[in-house]
Amino acid sequence: MLDILLSSLGQLFTLSHLLFMMLGVLVGLVVGIIPGLGGIAGMSLLLPFLYGMEPTVALGMLMGLVAVIPTGDTFASVLLGIPGSSASQATVIDGFSLAKRGQAARALSSAFLSSMIGGIIGAVVLTGFILIARPLVLSFSSSELFMLTLLGLSMVAVLSGRDLFKGLAACGLGLLVGAIGMAPATGEFRMNFGLDYLYDGLPLVVVGLGIFALPEIVDLLVKRGAIAEEPCNLGEGWRNGIRDVREQRGLVARCAAIGSLIGTIPGLAGSVVDWLTYGHAVQSAKDKSEFGKGDIRGVIAPESANNACACGAMVPTLLFGVPGSGTAAVFLGGLLLLGLQPGVGMIETHLDLTYTIIWSLALANILGAALCLVLARPVASLTRVPFATLAPLITVLIMFAAFQATRSAGDLLALGAVGVLGVLFKQANWSRPAFLIGFVLAPGAEGYFYQAVQFQGMDAFMRPGVLIIGALILAAMFIPMMTGAWRKRRQASTVGAAATVRPEPPTLGSIDVVLFVALLGTAIVAWIEMADLSLIGGIMPRLAIAILGVSCLMEIARCLVRRPQWQHQVIGLQGLWLVGFFALVGAILLFGFITAATLFSLVFLLAIARLKPWVAVSMSLGVTAFLVGMAEFLTLTYPSGLIDPWLFG
Amino acid sequence: MNIQKTATVSLSFKRLKKAALLGLAITGLGLTTSAQAQDPEVPGNIKWTIPFGVGGGTDVWARFFSPWLSESLPGEPTIMIDNVPGGGSINGANLFAVRAKSDGSHWLGTSASTQYPAMLEDPRVRYDYSDWTPILATPTGGVVYAQPDLGETAETALDALLAQPVKLAAQNPTGVELPVLIALDMLGADVQAVFGMRSRGEGRLAFERGEADIDFQTTSAYLSNVTPLVEAGKAVPLFSLGALNDEGEIVRDPAFPDLPTFNEVYQARHGEAPTGNEYQAFRKFFASGYALQKLIMVPKDTPQALIETYRQAARDFVGTDAFKEDAAAQLGPYTPVIGETVQRHLEDAMSIDDATRDWLADWLQSEHGAKI
Repeated sequence: MLDILLSSLGQLFTLSHLLFMMLGVLVGLVVGIIPGLGGIAGMSLLLPFLYGMEPTVALGMLMGLVAVIPTGDTFASVLLGIPGSSASQATVIDGFSLAKRGQAARALSSAFLSSMIGGIIGAVVLTGFILIARPLVLSFSSSELFMLTLLGLSMVAVLSGRDLFKGLAACGLGLLVGAIGMAPATGEFRMNFGLDYLYDGLPLVVVGLGIFALPEIVDLLVKRGAIAEEPCNLGEGWRNGIRDVREQRGLVARCAAIGSLIGTIPGLAGSVVDWLTYGHAVQSAKDKSEFGKGDIRGVIAPESANNACACGAMVPTLLFGVPGSGTAAVFLGGLLLLGLQPGVGMIETHLDLTYTIIWSLALANILGAALCLVLARPVASLTRVPFATLAPLITVLIMFAAFQATRSAGDLLALGAVGVLGVLFKQANWSRPAFLIGFVLAPGAEGYFYQAVQFQGMDAFMRPGVLIIGALILAAMFIPMMTGAWRKRRQASTVGAAATVRPEPPTLGSIDVVLFVALLGTAIVAWIEMADLSLIGGIMPRLAIAILGVSCLMEIARCLVRRPQWQHQVIGLQGLWLVGFFALVGAILLFGFITAATLFSLVFLLAIARLKPWVAVSMSLGVTAFLVGMAEFLTLTYPSGLIDPWLFG
Repeated sequence: MNIQKTATVSLSFKRLKKAALLGLAITGLGLTTSAQAQDPEVPGNIKWTIPFGVGGGTDVWARFFSPWLSESLPGEPTIMIDNVPGGGSINGANLFAVRAKSDGSHWLGTSASTQYPAMLEDPRVRYDYSDWTPILATPTGGVVYAQPDLGETAETALDALLAQPVKLAAQNPTGVELPVLIALDMLGADVQAVFGMRSRGEGRLAFERGEADIDFQTTSAYLSNVTPLVEAGKAVPLFSLGALNDEGEIVRDPAFPDLPTFNEVYQARHGEAPTGNEYQAFRKFFASGYALQKLIMVPKDTPQALIETYRQAARDFVGTDAFKEDAAAQLGPYTPVIGETVQRHLEDAMSIDDATRDWLADWLQSEHGAKI
């Protein structure tokens, strides 16, 4: 045993291994930073070179890449509000708010440091755990997996705070949108409205970009100014970030542990872990008021978890050949190309390789986070640039990212459609994370519920694991409520009866009204569309509709019973920018992506950002060069339109 | 995950090395083969559409084959793998049907999940296998196995299997498990298929967790992941699906020479060889999904001489020891099938008569509640 550990350790520090791992780390950082590419793009860049390579060296390269992607994508999440991959969705909420408050450097440095620590903890946990993981992974049956998705969904209650019904309605809509496509239980197609694009359901990247990134771009354009609304001191922020991690070391350790263990459960991994840890950070905090507005704990928690989760995801991939995430799926392909079959053999005959993999992860985490920490300060100064200058570049970037999802025009249109929803939600202050959680967890919740009932019948819900997770869910929902009530009572008794706080009345605005009408309308249309579905195939979307409809009605009832406080909600300018976005999509489909993106950047930079002509021209040419270069390097395709094939071949 | 994208295979890396060796060999021989001169021009770049994501089974298969193909083709063309995932391979195949040029520069890699929707006349399918010509096919096999609590030996486990309802974790009613479900039904087993697995691997996990009573794996996954279970007494192999010989008959699988095929088990239980619409359905879906699991196709109008060149290139390398050694890990103990034989078997498999299809539609509806 010890000799295997030592020989893998020796393997780790050979020159060729280190060099190729560094190559993996660099590729991983580049594809991690560019939104929409992520692990799968990076893997496919490296896979062609893999066939015939020495396994340990090749694995080092792949692990370098896998390890740093959840680190690199933090740049886009924090600085631009763009969720780089599913692992960084929760980071966006507080990370981007911090950037807007001029604390980008603080958010980035604490994110990278906690990523690094999380990754190392993950690797340490894995070193011992991989030997005993098999029975534990097997003890999670479909019913426990279902309960875990429920636990993820219960975070909606934590995240929506005072507007519980609005949060539930958003989550219901997310569940409904997540149910588009093939029903896992029967293979029926649901709610595709005859569109080929919807047969596979909406891609996560498109939904993530539409719900988070597009509304932020629109909002910043309306407000003018830079991303950082408050003056920022990068140097001090950088040091603050490091100090934050030191102060929150308990949170880092807990979230890393949660991340590495949840990561080992096949089929869930990345999608729940960042929300679970984010929810955990909110619950365990005494002062919750800053969450969503820029609380550093909201960055530290998911970031320490997602790198640990990438380590944990190696367990099902290596031991069972069942990848825990998209990146792990491609990694599995890499293993097969190297002639390694995942399975018990990875422990019994290739244990040295397995340890090389695990420790490469740890080493690459350190390297990657160190590189990012160095970069954090200069890159954070982006938030001081007037936003109008960045806007066209970011818009092109998110369209580029969205189009890589399925490479069809539908991606851009879906991005716009989800973007409209995102803008409405943002303006009316409905929970966008709740929508995303619903969307991400819909397939898992449905699939595992059906499997649990089919495999185990009613016994499914009496298993000890199920009861434990069930108790966790109840605790997550009710403990904060009870402590809140208790604190309030104590406050009331000390200050005196006169100070009894009356619960605040609900707020209502014009967009709320629009949303109620639109959501109830959606519920009715979707219900009719599902008329011919079989019972099993239709039960989940119907449940989603019920959640959506009932929560909307409850909120309306609340407004009727208790006079709501009228809130002024504006949408005019935002609407105008959205129209502009759809015009751009039209131009892209008509003329081609490269041409339209270049012209759009040029016109925007000249007319709206009012840059000097030579700056505008060189930036637009930069856009062209980026797109052409990406197409060459990664053989990507773009919407070709009329002009592109003629200009760019 | 839905992040999907494209990848290129640039073979310059390995090609250099091989080219140097080849150059040496040719100089050493001191002569050139005159046959090469008459070959039609092989395009310098070949775009090989793979309608699946990077790292998936068919992608890995294509990446394994591309250096071998490239090196044995005259002029060593660059083979670029273009991943076009979506719709379980229907999107990529549809696109290929519309866009592919028939000058030999466009290839398509297909798999069972491309063949099945075409056979079932899925409304999304806008491609037709009769528009394409196969170059090469690689077979796979599969084994059905059971929990030991059904019975310690294959015989007793089969008896128990026929006596009580059993659960099997599957992907969807028309997925790769289709012939297995038909076979088990023909034997008389009452199989409750639990659908929604995202891969066969998830199905195996459900078996290992004890949730599924029986399971099924294709050869490579069986060898690496189920054989250890069998050795540990945690799984009992029941039968293999068999393999297709050149005459189109189902014979014992070379990977599992000691395991009876479904046909043998049926014969033993029923006293006669399997027949009827259900057997037709089994045979055709077995042939297109297993015996010809993965195919390299080119448009039908590609010059015949070029098709012959491609087939010859494949024949040249599949016989070599170096290939066999490499292929053992990737393809299992099967030899790729090339040229006319593939075409004959493919045409036979893809043509389903109305009676068989009607039977299948009824059966899917009544047994698994699925409409086709």
